[in-house]
Amino acid sequence: MLTAQWLYGLTGCVVVALGLRAALLHPSLLQRIVAINVMGSGVFLVLIAVAYRGPGVAPDPVPHALVLTGIVVAVSATALALALVRRLRAERNDG
Amino acid sequence: MNLDTWLPALVVASSLLPGLVIFFLRESSHRLRTVLNLGGAGLKLLLVGLMIWGVFHQHVYETRWTLAPGLDLVLHADTLSVLFVTLSTVLWLVTTIYAVGYLEKSPHRSRFFGFFSLCVSATVGLALAGNLFTFVIFYELLTLATYPLVAHRGTPEALRGARIYLTYTLAGGALLLIGTVWLHVIGGPAPFVEGGILSRLPVEYHPQLKVIFVLLLVGLGVKAALVPLHGWLPQAMVAPAPVSALLHAVAVVKAGAFGIVRVVYDVYGVQFADQLGLLTALGVAASITIVYGSVKALSEDNLKKRLAYSTVSQVSYIALGTAILGPVGTIGGIVHLVHQGIMKITLFFSAGNYAETLGIHRISEMNGVGRRMPATTLAFSVAALGMIGVPPVAGFVSKWYLGLGAVEAGMAAWVMPVLLASSALNAAYFLPVLYRAWFRTAGAAWPAEHITAARFETAGALMWPPVVTATLALAAGLFAAAPYSPLEWAELIARREYGL
Amino acid sequence: MADALVWLVALPLAGALATLLLPRAATAVALATGLATGTAAAALLYGVATQGPLHYAIGGWTAGLGIALRADGLSALLVTMTALVVLAASVYSSAYFGDGSQRARFWPLWMLLWTALNALLLSGDLFNLYVTLELLGLSAVALAALGTTTAAVQAALRYLLVGLLGSMLFLAGVSLIYTGYGTLDMATLAAVVEPGPVVWPALALMTAGLLLKTALFPLHFWLPPAHASAPAPVSAVLSALVVKAAFYLVLRLWVDVFADAVTAAAAALLGVLGAAAVLWGSWRALRAARLKLLAAYSTVAQLGYLFMFFPLLHALPPGPARDLAVGGLVILALTHGFAKAGLFLAIGVIQQRSGHDTIGELDGTAQRLPATTFAIALAGVALIGLPPSGAFLGKWQLLAASFATGQWWWIVVTAIGSLLAAAYTFRVLGRAFGHRPYPNQPVTVAREEWPALLLGAAAAVLLGLAGAPVWKLLEASA
Repeated sequence: MLTAQWLYGLTGCVVVALGLRAALLHPSLLQRIVAINVMGSGVFLVLIAVAYRGPGVAPDPVPHALVLTGIVVAVSATALALALVRRLRAERNDG
Repeated sequence: MNLDTWLPALVVASSLLPGLVIFFLRESSHRLRTVLNLGGAGLKLLLVGLMIWGVFHQHVYETRWTLAPGLDLVLHADTLSVLFVTLSTVLWLVTTIYAVGYLEKSPHRSRFFGFFSLCVSATVGLALAGNLFTFVIFYELLTLATYPLVAHRGTPEALRGARIYLTYTLAGGALLLIGTVWLHVIGGPAPFVEGGILSRLPVEYHPQLKVIFVLLLVGLGVKAALVPLHGWLPQAMVAPAPVSALLHAVAVVKAGAFGIVRVVYDVYGVQFADQLGLLTALGVAASITIVYGSVKALSEDNLKKRLAYSTVSQVSYIALGTAILGPVGTIGGIVHLVHQGIMKITLFFSAGNYAETLGIHRISEMNGVGRRMPATTLAFSVAALGMIGVPPVAGFVSKWYLGLGAVEAGMAAWVMPVLLASSALNAAYFLPVLYRAWFRTAGAAWPAEHITAARFETAGALMWPPVVTATLALAAGLFAAAPYSPLEWAELIARREYGL
Repeated sequence: MADALVWLVALPLAGALATLLLPRAATAVALATGLATGTAAAALLYGVATQGPLHYAIGGWTAGLGIALRADGLSALLVTMTALVVLAASVYSSAYFGDGSQRARFWPLWMLLWTALNALLLSGDLFNLYVTLELLGLSAVALAALGTTTAAVQAALRYLLVGLLGSMLFLAGVSLIYTGYGTLDMATLAAVVEPGPVVWPALALMTAGLLLKTALFPLHFWLPPAHASAPAPVSAVLSALVVKAAFYLVLRLWVDVFADAVTAAAAALLGVLGAAAVLWGSWRALRAARLKLLAAYSTVAQLGYLFMFFPLLHALPPGPARDLAVGGLVILALTHGFAKAGLFLAIGVIQQRSGHDTIGELDGTAQRLPATTFAIALAGVALIGLPPSGAFLGKWQLLAASFATGQWWWIVVTAIGSLLAAAYTFRVLGRAFGHRPYPNQPVTVAREEWPALLLGAAAAVLLGLAGAPVWKLLEASA
């Protein structure tokens, strides 16, 4: 594998680990949601690194498609999570 | 429609289908419910009669249904199944009539008769089981069908008794299942074949077979009330009298004993079981139970509880007969299956009559009841004398064959004392009851006279069943040599088992 | 016949959109869609039974670039179970949701959930599994959040976060697989996979994510609150189908795609966790104060049985004994699906009638609803594993496999688990015997009580007596 791939790939793994740690340890809901998104970014980084085939060569399109799909999924999931957090806050303020 | 393949299934269905319909009946449809019940019982009697004739003439009736690869549900009519099926069917008919009278004005009758029918279906299915797998299925179904009957009254005592019953029987069922699966894995499917199939397994399997036998015996022994697994039986006396009658004479306890007979004769084979030393173990357990049950019965004042301990003791005669090697002992054990059933159901019917008519639950309240309820007490007396072993009531025949069989097998040294002690103890706890009933004068008033004496001492549906079954007990003893009698049938079974 | 694969995904999706656009006719549209999808499921089952595994390449693009839908015996059976359970629960829901606004929000999400389930069961490549897994999680959470209490929203949020975490781990594993093998198609991977430094971490990550979603002990903490506070039909589907879908994926990955990479130690670990789930879940169910909590913990326990099969499957060489065990596993999963759905629907009826589901105060209600109590009894029989339920056959195979491989400790766990299940089932059923008069009519609200009864009967009787075709179907497509 090429050096750039190694660099970005490893960074991706580290980001995933950091996100995981934050998701498991932080008590605040909002921080957990952000942490999961960070994990997602790390995974996307790994996928993009895998797609690289060298300078001047067209990258592998499949991982790119996976990343785009993944981003969409992550956004929808985050939206649902935030909506639920808002509803929970509203119910806590009422009750 | 090939009758040979469908007859066993039809026999089970003749009570299963009416039972399912009864569940959905309105509580107020008394007539329809009774019609369904009696119609089903009558139909079953017809089908069983056909089956008796067929099996006697070497006809093969078998229903087979594959549940999973290698696991077949098999209903097969052989001589032993026919014996038990006939007993169940005849006694079910009588008990249904009794129950209709007993539960007059009780709530929840649709639920009761629904589960009542399911109980009989499970018993009949168990009797007709053609392999150990099918037997285990119906054995568990029997537990499920009888729980609601024990809990029927809904009082805290009833629920407690039902809970204890369930704990014992489900735990026993689990052990039975484990033993059966083990047997399947080392020996393949275990069909019930006269003479057993396990003797052909190589010698290195023998230790496993011994452990499996213990597992099966404990699992079956719970329902058969072998000491120390009998604890649920006295507790289950909270059930209404028809339930106690059915459970003790026909369904649950007999199912356990029947299972022991099947395992020894048709899975292991009696000669092989003797080789492995298993018959001795069974004989010891049975003897302890016989004596223990009789001793405990002496100290009980509650009539149903005394009868419960008597059952504990008497059913082990069947196990004892199974433990005695040789056709005569076998005959004694198997024929007692029928005789004990008829006699015990008479006793429970009578106990139920005393409770329903006069509010009598304790023996100390029974002074002079013979004058007030002569028919019931006469039936009770006949059955009690049979239990003690007085000729010509049926019980004498069973004990005679057991004793003779023990002598022939060379086991007389310890079996005879057990039989004699048991008969003496039976006399000790039954004769005083008879004395009170006939020869003492009644107290000022009965505890609670629910039914006053009109033309007959109590309601017809309550009085006639015990009279009928007492007559049957007497007939089984008097006409034991007649064709189609329980004794003749037991001799047929023994002949086929030993290959004579 | 392969078209059925597409219909199974397209019909519920169309139904979701239709119920969104036509809120007033939502119930009718949903039930119609349900029947159509059910027919497609039957067609699929028939197709797999007669022709073997079916395959459909969407858009005509072949594997590598396109999305393939695949169905073999296992997926066909699960798709059929899904269809029957969802159909029964839909009939139930048509009567359950009296409130107009809840109904309008319920049906689109319900149809979307069904789409996700079908798509997941029929997916042929790993990334598609990730997408459908997410879709499943999101719709399940949204449905769970329909519950009105604060506890319900809290539980739903926790469910969502746990689910997202699980999906992320799964995706991480998928990306590792792509790094190593350059393909995500499951059939292709099954042929080329070898144990090594790429496959093991990938499988571990994917499994960890899936175990979170299938609530295997000790990752089960989110399930009881979520399932207990959701509306009854939602709980039914969550316990019966959603966690089962995640388990299906573990099964697929361990037994099919990555079978060569699995080690005995790993399989043993799953087995031990499963055993712990059985014991812990059954114990908590016995101590539960509420019916729904009891049912939720029962789900935790029952899934444990399924995981106890893994070390046995690993130890058995390919052959008839192994096929018997696999069939036992599948029939156990199917029976639990029907039984748990029936149980939750019945509990829902009780909760609506008496306003609560506290076991201690159940007496009057249980006696006033004999049909519902009987449904609970049927479900209970299937959960305990008594004959003639399908679970009896499944547990028989579990015991037989334990004897055959000499791993006898699973037998002890199974026996204890079954007795505990009997304890907590009869703890509830004992309440049905009492002094109140038997109502003149056994069934009161037909649309609510019959689905529960039929599901219970399917679990307790039908699968047990007519279960032999399961083995034949699995054999035909091995």
